[in-house]
Amino acid sequence: MKILAFAEQRDNKLKKSAFEVVHTARTIADQIGGEVIALVIGDQVQVIAGELGGYGATKILAVQQPKLGKYSSTAYAKVIAEIAKKEQADIILLPATAMGRDSAPRVAVKLDAGIASDCIAFKVDSGNIIATRPVYAGKALTEIKINSAVKVFTLRPNVFPAGTSTSMAAKVEVTDIPLAESDFASLVIETTQASGKIDVAEADIIVSGGRGMKGPENFKMIEDLAGVLGGAVGASRAVVDAGWRPHNEQVGQTGKTVSPSLYIAVAISGSIQHLAGMSSSKYIVAINKDKDAPIFQIADYGIVADAFDIVPAIMLETKMLLGK
Amino acid sequence: MKLAVCINHVPDTAAKINIASDGKNIDKTGVTFVLNPYDEYAIEECLRLKEKNTGEVIAISLGGDSHKETLRKALAMGVDKAVLLKDESPRDSFAVARALADYLKEISADAIFFGKQSVDSDDAAVGTMVAEMLGLPSVSVAVKLEIANGTATAEREIEGGKEKVQITLPAVFTAQKGLNEPRYPSLKGIMSSKNKPIEEKAPAPSQVKAEVLAMRKPPSKNAGKIIGTDVNAVPELVRLLHEEAKVI
Ligand SMILES: Cc1cc2nc3c(=O)[nH]c(=O)nc-3n(C[C@H](O)[C@H](O)[C@H](O)COP(=O)(O)OP(=O)(O)OC[C@H]3O[C@@H](n4cnc5c(N)ncnc54)[C@H](O)[C@@H]3O)c2cc1C
Ligand SMILES: Nc1ncnc2c1ncn2[C@@H]1O[C@H](COP(=O)(O)O)[C@@H](O)[C@H]1O
Repeated sequence: MKILAFAEQRDNKLKKSAFEVVHTARTIADQIGGEVIALVIGDQVQVIAGELGGYGATKILAVQQPKLGKYSSTAYAKVIAEIAKKEQADIILLPATAMGRDSAPRVAVKLDAGIASDCIAFKVDSGNIIATRPVYAGKALTEIKINSAVKVFTLRPNVFPAGTSTSMAAKVEVTDIPLAESDFASLVIETTQASGKIDVAEADIIVSGGRGMKGPENFKMIEDLAGVLGGAVGASRAVVDAGWRPHNEQVGQTGKTVSPSLYIAVAISGSIQHLAGMSSSKYIVAINKDKDAPIFQIADYGIVADAFDIVPAIMLETKMLLGK
Repeated sequence: MKLAVCINHVPDTAAKINIASDGKNIDKTGVTFVLNPYDEYAIEECLRLKEKNTGEVIAISLGGDSHKETLRKALAMGVDKAVLLKDESPRDSFAVARALADYLKEISADAIFFGKQSVDSDDAAVGTMVAEMLGLPSVSVAVKLEIANGTATAEREIEGGKEKVQITLPAVFTAQKGLNEPRYPSLKGIMSSKNKPIEEKAPAPSQVKAEVLAMRKPPSKNAGKIIGTDVNAVPELVRLLHEEAKVI
């Protein structure tokens, strides 16, 4: 069995998901027997590819070209599929990130492979890989077995351990996949990164505000608390639809699905759509002045009080604790 | 401009999900089905492009007769033509994409729209799969789109930012919330949609590659403890988060 692990980089930095994907490939290979081939695509990625060395890959491939410095749906999918063919990979793992979720469907079609997206667990059962993935926004879980010769899986970020580096380091091989102009039919021409902001989908701690915050100006205290905790700001749809917060902060069934270690829901009622996006968080704190708010049904810790009193107090208390 | 939009019929997001007795599907009793929320943005984008450039919008749904309800909603919103690829066999994303791609190949649209994901399977795969099957460029999870002289410039969401993508038509787009504000069907639209024909086609059967072995409910979370009802509860909360949960 050969597993190809796509290790995502942006701006010449490996994403955390890259380690999660490679380490998971190793875990599966240990159970099923086989090799792990890690693949990094970009402009000058040979050096960063080396960072994957100790994470369990048997082989690390770097495919680099100046034009690959920016993401291209068509070109990246071609490189991944060509490498998969060359290496005779049976299983392709990608992260379920913006990049992975965009290239995986193309890779699957190129390799005539079935796909299971956004997987949260794998097990090996008599030589078959069974993936667990949430459906209906996590209101149900399915177990999927892919029957095609080649199988494509994407892994939900932040769910699988990233592993730790061992001394058994694989070396990086630079390989070339010839690409024509037409392979760059979908090409990114510009990337804007909200500097220093952690995305809700990737954050380990999220402080989310709801309609009970009464107005956009009051999100300052949500931002401040998120800042102290080193987390990201999230929002309910009510808040996004009111224009108080941007769309990319919406948590829920039609927003981001998140599973941080800590989710603090402030003045959010806990509608079924909101819960669908965050109920798999490890610890949930609810602050709401209505003791019957549904959010308390799934919160580990709750405070029934006015958010405008509680949030600043939590901030002070945490600052003291963390010595900030 | 010839515009195509693929739409799915899915459980309402407010629905409680229970598992059917076969242990592989959801129990549909009492569940209301609606037009997939992301597909509304896809329809709206088509309607706006048509209004700007003239042309026609064709809505396509693959599924059983119940999908006609969703096609009627699309007609009520203003699409010109509705096509049901009638098929009730279980299909994975690949098999859905195959049937849609076969039909889309026949009609050669200038732009093909999808939702970024169906809120049932949550696979977020069909749109980009169809693009690959048709050999077309694509932008997934689009939150902004401008089309001029056969070139599309779109913005898509990435972690902590956005990326701008440029592609040449014909092309595929998958719509994310934020792309536009979908219109409500007008009363006139609703009335006239009732009499509009829905074309039916039978797609070729397709093999399922990703097989569902089992479906179950996630482990339920129990309500935890209410620590207090005023600011005096805060030190205890922070202590619990630090010492018990160890998350801060
Ligand atoms: C198709 C569809 C998709 C949807 N998708 C999503 C989604 O992805 N994400 C999502 O979040 N929603 C989604 N919704 C909307 C959802 O149904 C709810 O309307 C929304 O989540 C409510 O947001 P909220 O909790 O902020 O507001 P509300 O329900 O109005 O709750 C506000 C809460 O704040 C509390 N409060 C008020 N003042 C204070 C105070 N001073 N201190 C403390 N507490 C206070 C109140 O007690 C109340 O519980 C969707 C709806 C539909 C129809
Ligand atoms: N049965 C279907 N009929 C028509 N379009 C569909 C169907 N299933 C999925 N789609 C389209 O593909 C998108 C992504 O679906 P999915 O990959 O299943 O998450 C949806 O938003 C629809 O636009």
